[in-house]
Amino acid sequence: MANRAQKRASLHAGRGLTRRAFIEASVSVGGALWVGFRVPLADAAAGEKGPFAPNAFIRIDATGKITLIMPQVEMGQGIYTAIAMILAEELDAAFEQVVLEAAPPNDKLYGNPTFGIQVTGNSNSIRAFWMPLRKAAAGARAMLVEAAAQTWKVDAASIRIENSMAIHETSGRRLGFAGLIGRAAGLTPPQNPALKDPKDFKLVGKPLKRLDTPDKVNGKAVYGIDVLPPGVKFATLAICPVFGGKVGHVDDGRARNLRGVRQVVVLDDFVAVVGDDMWSAKQGLAALNITWNEGSNATVSTDDVWRQIRTASLQEGAVAKIIGDAAKGLSEGELHEAVYELPFLAHAPMEPLNCTVHVTPTGCEVWVGIQVLSRAQAVAAKVTGLPLEKVTVHNHLIGGGFGRRLEADFVEKAVLIAKQVDGPVKVIWTREEDIQHDVYRPVYLDRLSASLSKGRIVGWKHRITGSSIIARWLPPAFQKGIDIDAIDSAADIPYDIPNLRVEYVRDEPPAVPTGFWRGVGPNNNVFAIENFMDELAKKSNQDPVDFRRNLLGKAPRLKAALDLAAEKAGWGSPLPARTGRGVAVQTAFGSFIATVVQATVDEHGAVRVQRIVSAVDTGIVVNPDTVVAQLQGGLVFGLTAALYGHISIAKGRVQQSNFHDYRMLRIDEMPQIEVYLIPSGEAPGGIGETGTTAAPAALGNALFAATGIRLRRLPVDREVLSGKKPA
Amino acid sequence: MITLQVNGESKTVDAAPEMPLLWVLRDLLGMTGTKFGCGIAQCGACTVHLDGVAVRSCVLSIGNVGQRNITTIEGVGSTPAGSRIQKAWLDVEVVQCGYCQSGQIMSASALLRSTPHPNDADIDAAMAGNICRCGTYARIREAIKKAAQAG
Repeated sequence: MANRAQKRASLHAGRGLTRRAFIEASVSVGGALWVGFRVPLADAAAGEKGPFAPNAFIRIDATGKITLIMPQVEMGQGIYTAIAMILAEELDAAFEQVVLEAAPPNDKLYGNPTFGIQVTGNSNSIRAFWMPLRKAAAGARAMLVEAAAQTWKVDAASIRIENSMAIHETSGRRLGFAGLIGRAAGLTPPQNPALKDPKDFKLVGKPLKRLDTPDKVNGKAVYGIDVLPPGVKFATLAICPVFGGKVGHVDDGRARNLRGVRQVVVLDDFVAVVGDDMWSAKQGLAALNITWNEGSNATVSTDDVWRQIRTASLQEGAVAKIIGDAAKGLSEGELHEAVYELPFLAHAPMEPLNCTVHVTPTGCEVWVGIQVLSRAQAVAAKVTGLPLEKVTVHNHLIGGGFGRRLEADFVEKAVLIAKQVDGPVKVIWTREEDIQHDVYRPVYLDRLSASLSKGRIVGWKHRITGSSIIARWLPPAFQKGIDIDAIDSAADIPYDIPNLRVEYVRDEPPAVPTGFWRGVGPNNNVFAIENFMDELAKKSNQDPVDFRRNLLGKAPRLKAALDLAAEKAGWGSPLPARTGRGVAVQTAFGSFIATVVQATVDEHGAVRVQRIVSAVDTGIVVNPDTVVAQLQGGLVFGLTAALYGHISIAKGRVQQSNFHDYRMLRIDEMPQIEVYLIPSGEAPGGIGETGTTAAPAALGNALFAATGIRLRRLPVDREVLSGKKPA
Repeated sequence: MITLQVNGESKTVDAAPEMPLLWVLRDLLGMTGTKFGCGIAQCGACTVHLDGVAVRSCVLSIGNVGQRNITTIEGVGSTPAGSRIQKAWLDVEVVQCGYCQSGQIMSASALLRSTPHPNDADIDAAMAGNICRCGTYARIREAIKKAAQAG
């Protein structure tokens, strides 16, 4: 693509849009627990001065410049490029000329249709915005066509648009958007504009280069942590190391005398030092002598967490799904039972948490990269006591979200500090604070029972026990004791099982805050189900691929993915000793994925993952290269968790603190990864989290194939794999 | 006052000699392309070059830099290896969130300068100190090889 460097995603929030809200809430009904929102095709832009703004996503100015407003945040998943491709496709805009701009906080204009608020998460940006964006752009296009028809006094049907140019073929007349917007602005946007036939797509489906990457290879990209408002000071903080504890006494005598230290800010549960630069702030913080009131969690340990959740998992849960009669089915065949357990995990995005804030008596300005923009604005308004419209939030590129930036806790803390600072202050968390004060992927316990008869599953019971993040994060969606995220990929298990019961037991761990973590609910469910499926295959002397395929009669897309992955991975071909292949399939986030991991284990239990093959049917693909990249990256994220991910608690504190003891997979441990996309005309699925859920499940099965040892807990325990410790 | 040679220019800063180069670059000189990731030389996000050799700026005191030439992500494009690496990064579409990529590019261009045709073991050795949480490692390896071929 020409002139990539000129196409720079604008990094700041849009100028305040004043047009009236145009997203109407629709009442959520019955079992559909997500709040449903409908995006109408037009707003009241007509007649306003300024650029042609037929809806919240498109602006065309008098020079013909097309600005596309990004409702979703860019955190590496390529969403800016994908959204731009969808809009430009239906608008027939010249893609290399569009300019991107981040949406300002505004739930009504830019709320995610799935959630009703501005959220980038749940792998649903394309799923949620695919039709609304297409309709918005197609409506704008129809208005431009009509404007050209009126200008030339010809039939609109005789006009086409190509590369931002209206063309009347028979007369040879051509007119750019700049010459059309005046008339178009006076038109009423159509209610149901015609959408393109997918076979006519020119952009969607092509592996276009990303628009956000050129500035990410030359140091010019501005993440939240990079903003430098004039006069900015720097702060870093120490939160009470024990969850829920408070600040007792702070002796700051030594810190105040250090060069570059300007201020010590003592708050309820944390202390911050403000300095001329981050180094001075860090030195100041280290020089403080803080006494904490550790509170009631000061004795909590990981053992307490597991004792509690294991007990909780013995009680009956809220029923998430029933098919047939599970109790009867379980009584009829050969019964097999297993319990799977997953640990707490931290997110550890590469960009440490940060937020820059300037509070004045009349306003508050916030610079931040966050997955929930409107929540950042709301929390800043609450902390400052200012009305919402006095809080400006500049959204930035995000250096890794993974769910951590679905929380606004770090914005709240930054505003609390900024209220006491004269001028803007950039608050940066050290990596240690990031690891020790995360909202953690909760521990989960999956209790599974199944009975086999004639090689098929005749009864199935799955009880998921764990924290409900939904109940805290989106309370209206937590209904009848069911966390719809925690049961995701379990209640909708793809296998043909005549008698099934899926239950959920909410168990909030003592002390430890929990949050969404890339892969969310499907992480534990896919891991537990797919490892258990391998146990059942073994029990009935069947090949793991054959066993699954026979039960996927009602899931043809998943079955096709399984067949492709097995073929590409060379399933069944001989392997050296202590080397094995494992398979896992999943229907998650609207995508159908099969994955084969090949791994080898040495006599000390050290694991080397050699190869991963994933076949995916994710419906219509907007940008195939991005889909492949998301799977490659997601698989690495999942492998990292399976091999190393473990947050433990002692005396109410997290024991890990940085990358030396919270390990990441590195380049020298990388397997070969192959991703195969299955062409599809179905609606787009989600892709950002699918690799993450696939890798641990398939790895567990590969390790069993290599060693005969079944790991029912993660992360991988080398002592178990070496035979030194029982499984 | 300490004078540093940064991307071919003299920069004088009023800072203590023990202040790490990372914060001098970012907070005093406003050169924010070099990233903070861990503060203990575990992740490589802060990688810069001293006389062409990759170093972790988060643990390098400016008092120990002397008159050696500092190259950062903002300046590496004007070196032959750096420019080839940056181009390969875009050609292969390595980047996702991009936060670690300044450091990755600095490590990779130092590798290419010292080892114009690195094999997989060379790449592992030079790049294992740089964490990418988005998991772009396969494309990093591919891009380094592509840049080497272009040299």
